Amino acid sequence: MSTNVLEHKTSNLIKDAGSFPSSEVMLDLKNLKKVYPTPKGDYVVLEDLNLQIKKEEFVTIIGHSGCGKTTMLSMIAGLNPISGGYISVLGKHIKGPGPDRGVIFQAPSLMPWMTSLQNVLLGVNQVFPHATKAQRHDIAKYYLQKVGLEDAFNKKASDLSQGMQQRVGIARAFAIKPKVLLLDEPFGMLDSLTRGELQDTLIEIWNKEKITAVMITHDVDEAIFLADRVVMMTSGPKAKIGDVLDIDFERPRTRKAVLEHDDYYKYRKHLIDFLEH
Amino acid sequence: MGLGFLGTIKDLFTGKLEKEDFISFLRKVVVPLASILLFIGLWHMGSQSLYNIEAEFKIEKALEDQGPAAAEALRECIASGESGCQPNTLPSPSQVWASYQSLLRDHNIISADKAAFIEKTAVLNEKRIAEGKEPITYTGRPSFVDQIFRSLKTVFAGFLLALLIAVPLGIFIGLSPTLKSAFNWFIQIFKPVSPVVWYLLVFMIVKTVLIDSNEDSSFTISFISVGLCSMWATLVNTAMGVSSVDKDYINVAKVLKLGSFQKIFKVVLPSSLPLIFTGLKITLSVAWMVLIAIELLAQSPGLGLFVWEEFQNGANDSNAKIIVAMFVIGIIGFLLDRLMLTIQNWVSFDKTDAI
Repeated sequence: MSTNVLEHKTSNLIKDAGSFPSSEVMLDLKNLKKVYPTPKGDYVVLEDLNLQIKKEEFVTIIGHSGCGKTTMLSMIAGLNPISGGYISVLGKHIKGPGPDRGVIFQAPSLMPWMTSLQNVLLGVNQVFPHATKAQRHDIAKYYLQKVGLEDAFNKKASDLSQGMQQRVGIARAFAIKPKVLLLDEPFGMLDSLTRGELQDTLIEIWNKEKITAVMITHDVDEAIFLADRVVMMTSGPKAKIGDVLDIDFERPRTRKAVLEHDDYYKYRKHLIDFLEH
Repeated sequence: MGLGFLGTIKDLFTGKLEKEDFISFLRKVVVPLASILLFIGLWHMGSQSLYNIEAEFKIEKALEDQGPAAAEALRECIASGESGCQPNTLPSPSQVWASYQSLLRDHNIISADKAAFIEKTAVLNEKRIAEGKEPITYTGRPSFVDQIFRSLKTVFAGFLLALLIAVPLGIFIGLSPTLKSAFNWFIQIFKPVSPVVWYLLVFMIVKTVLIDSNEDSSFTISFISVGLCSMWATLVNTAMGVSSVDKDYINVAKVLKLGSFQKIFKVVLPSSLPLIFTGLKITLSVAWMVLIAIELLAQSPGLGLFVWEEFQNGANDSNAKIIVAMFVIGIIGFLLDRLMLTIQNWVSFDKTDAI
């Protein structure tokens, strides 16, 4: 059956996962380990986690709740200390957070007392300190336009809907021009209609910027639609990479074309089989 | 704003009141008015019965000590309403109202007197200033309204002192766990100390610091005491607000690598403003509450001293004047609280947060 072909293909990929030419690798996770000490002894969340992500690649990470996906992402962001192994961006080991890794959080995390423009400028001012004020405003406004908020520059973040707030979050992350974009279930709190719209916005702006992206999601369709590769994590404790699935759809993609593609249901079945197994 | 019923009354007269608003009108206007009337009625009856007890006791005593003739004379004297023989007890609402009006009249007389004095001495004072001498100032006794403004001045000076000490200190304590453990014992021990003791402490220090000064230090002592008594709520709330900023905001600040200055002024402070203002609101009401006791001790002019002097005075309408002062103190306290709430709503980003 066709799944055999797929399995063959993915098993090849797992073999290859750690062996991209170093010039192509943007983000490298090597023997990554995370341990939380508890009164009953150490709790190992992640162990021997190896993952390489290429330049201009969009990777989605899928796995059961509590398997350590978010822990892994916040370690990449530098918000959570590493217990073992290392994470490197373009060959340089990371030490703490920095604007080379933009993060879109699960909650929009905008400063509610600032306008959407001020929220984006907060990052832009930090990353482009030598640009003139007008240039920085132009950058912020450009990205707000890109996410469809040209009418809401001066609206207070607290006056925006959840979906619009997350759009500002996307603009804020892209506007600082990071090398790697980290997305922690950014659409998890939205209704499915808004979620679809935001996926379109995200992929549109990503097609233009081609920033290496790592995104956590619970949504199998979202994982397939957005990604070049879907990484499946085993359940914790001691979670690691369970399987990797290559998504061979052409870019730019439309939702319609993806849904009508013959391979779509094969991919979907593969992911669901993994999650239910 | 708590004064919403005024809007309802306006609607009533402009005919905008809908039928379904009737119940809310009842609740917001009629019920408070009825409860006020009930309160005044109970007060009236209470003061009446206290008056009777006191009067009977006086007559009984006169009978025992001086015989039936004196008792009868006293009974007539009390009935005639002459001020010299009235029983001294809780004044009735009408007496309090009369005292309020007499205090206002007194104020008008004093202000007229003051204006006349300033007019009379204007030419002389110009000459004195030209000659380099001190101008002559009005030294008559302050009116009740003057006392109110003196009290407000003291309370705002104290509040400002509390704000200038407690907010910056609270920020530092909230930001640094080390400072927090350094200051925690200090806060825990000094927070419950009584206003009277604070006054005595400030008095000990200020007396020595201003040893060379001939000026009256009672104002300085009372506003510093008020500030020290009332700053704790702001200190604790600021520290709590700063140390409990939403973790998401802190993560954003970390990811964007904001400097500490930017982090404090753009993220930490705005997000803790609601709690800081809650603290400031408590501070202002505590300041107003302890002010009376402190003015009384410090002999600093103001409502507290007014109350104390009236109590010592023991004149026929003294008790009524004390009750007038009590209402004035209460109403001003309420207005100060509303003022802070308005400012809080105005600066706070989250409109639903304010209580």
